[in-house]
Amino acid sequence: MRATQWMGKNHVEVNEVPDPRLLNDRDAIVKVTSTAICGSDLHLYDGFIPTMKKGDILGHEFMGEVVEVGRGVSNLRVGDRVVVPFPIACGACNACERGLFSVCENSNPNAGMAEKLWGHSPCGIFGYSHLVGGYPGGQAEYARVPFADVGPFKVEDDLTDEQVLFLTDIFPTGYMGAEMCDISPGDVVAVWGAGPVGLFAVASAKMLGAERVVAIDRFGYRLDKAREAGATDVLNYEEVDVLDALNELTAGRGPDGCIDAVGLEATHPTTAVDAYDRAKTAVMAETERPHALREAIMACRSGGTVSVIGVYGGLMDKFPVGSLMNRSLTVRTGQAHVHRYLKPLYEKIRDGEIDPTFLISHTLPLDRAPEGYRMFRDKEDDCTKVVLKP
Amino acid sequence: MSSSRTRPAARRTARVLGLASAGLGVAMLRDPKGVARVSGVDDSATALSVIPLVGARELLHALPLLAGRPGWAWTRVAGDAVDLTAMGVALSHRGGERGRRLRTATAAVAGLAALDLLTAARSRRAGSRSAARELLPSSAPWKSAIDVSAAATVNRPPQEVHARWHDFSRLPEFMAHVREVRPAGIGRWHWVAEAPGRRTVEWVAEVVEESPGERIRWRSLPGADVENAGVVEFRPAPGDQGTEVRVRLAYAQPGGKAGKAVAKLFGEAPDQQVRDDLARFKQILETGQVVRSEGTPEGPLARRMAKQQPAVPRS
Repeated sequence: MRATQWMGKNHVEVNEVPDPRLLNDRDAIVKVTSTAICGSDLHLYDGFIPTMKKGDILGHEFMGEVVEVGRGVSNLRVGDRVVVPFPIACGACNACERGLFSVCENSNPNAGMAEKLWGHSPCGIFGYSHLVGGYPGGQAEYARVPFADVGPFKVEDDLTDEQVLFLTDIFPTGYMGAEMCDISPGDVVAVWGAGPVGLFAVASAKMLGAERVVAIDRFGYRLDKAREAGATDVLNYEEVDVLDALNELTAGRGPDGCIDAVGLEATHPTTAVDAYDRAKTAVMAETERPHALREAIMACRSGGTVSVIGVYGGLMDKFPVGSLMNRSLTVRTGQAHVHRYLKPLYEKIRDGEIDPTFLISHTLPLDRAPEGYRMFRDKEDDCTKVVLKP
Repeated sequence: MSSSRTRPAARRTARVLGLASAGLGVAMLRDPKGVARVSGVDDSATALSVIPLVGARELLHALPLLAGRPGWAWTRVAGDAVDLTAMGVALSHRGGERGRRLRTATAAVAGLAALDLLTAARSRRAGSRSAARELLPSSAPWKSAIDVSAAATVNRPPQEVHARWHDFSRLPEFMAHVREVRPAGIGRWHWVAEAPGRRTVEWVAEVVEESPGERIRWRSLPGADVENAGVVEFRPAPGDQGTEVRVRLAYAQPGGKAGKAVAKLFGEAPDQQVRDDLARFKQILETGQVVRSEGTPEGPLARRMAKQQPAVPRS
């Protein structure tokens, strides 16, 4: 089959590789009909996530048709159309029983590695380094799906791939980001990053009843998309001082909920500050450039919530813990527990409450994945989201 | 989780102390007057005769410490106590420049004494020889032991978790280096484990204690290739979260070649291996299978962690 392989920093290739086989009774093989490049795939592309190996198949946002099921999978049949959540979860451990699917205790066979870096291990994730399992991803013609009786969600209504594909990751991720803010009427929610996850966070905050939703980015075309998603205000951080602007907007209170949908590769408008973290990451004195998170903490209303859904990998520097502690802030975070959100968010799509296709800017054949990665990283041609068709 | 094989850090500290001992010893033997002057006791004839003796003692400590045996730091601790007492007495009737020098020397000795004490104490904690001895059969001809432990919470009731472990013939399903366990009489089991170089080691073990839903304890019978013992305990996890499983294994490590073979059996990370075994045990009980990825096709496996295959299907 054809598959998108990570060949090194800034280097992906689409090559011929062996077809996947069932390794366990609870596996299924899915013939991928649509897959997407995630913002977090760019962290792999840029070489920020350790334990990648040359040849690893990328991709954790994919859907398709079931073509083979193991003996232990009774809820799926060959021919079923499914979307596959990016976290691999067993459904039986204590974490899964409590709905914390992205910290499944069993699905990462390399848990020992993750424990060394993070203390405890999260779940396994498709195509996302060996630290989280060494599973091939779904930017390929076929993918093996472990615990296929737990994860895949059947799509039985007449909806296009593009409408439901983002249930695999970015819609639930954005939604969980907003949900963690415990939005009540009158709340102002600010979202750092108007990429695909940030756009879904904006739309979700609006759905959950936020009075105002502020989107923060540096690309005009993305801020336009944010308005389309429901943002009442947009801030271009290269043009305005974000803290001043948010204080102005909220009459000095600060946003009640602050969502970091940027993660570890943030940029900062002040060259010196930007250079500081770039230099520190270059010499491995820190692994992240956490400008968005620092700003979200400083901006947040006293007693408010900082919700972190942008991806971080290791250690950061200059963390404003004084602001966090003295002002009674709550930090909530996590890889999305996608399984929880599949049904309710699917219903929102089916009932027309949201049309997730608005953020797709490019649809390419799988073979053009390398071009898709480059365009997405460089924000070429107003690139917001790339969907690949195997 | 711990391993009885001396920690690398403790060995390194032991070597540093060994070097310090050797340096002090040589200085005291070659130039007792100089040492006495630096310490501010050059006015005492007793000091001049005692210093070479202390030097000889230092050299005696130096050898095992340089070999990386942190346990020998205990002898240094005893020596430090003697030295510090003598220096305290000397301090009480010295003032001026000599007093100042003696205070500096005493502070230096006190500093070294603290390091000695720390190293010695850590050697005991890391050694846990007594803990291993209590597990291992008395017949075991061992100089040291590999003593590892791991714990996991399994989301199944204690009776069920106990029953699965009790089924000894199925232990190889989650114990990576155990190839076969077959019955060998009542309460006895014949174990075959993989050793490096496609060899195997074998032993017969007897269950010496069994309380359903609580504990299983076993140890090898005389004649084992590797004398060993193990205990696994099951306790209900708080908050209805299943069972807390704690396992401890001890392998006698005889001296010489045989000892090296046992060490090799466990590679560089004996702790990680028992943790991985327990992770597979948890996976089997909770999910009915060992979880495999294309990068780690065997399921959790210490040696595979260092040598991942690319995340690509195999043909």
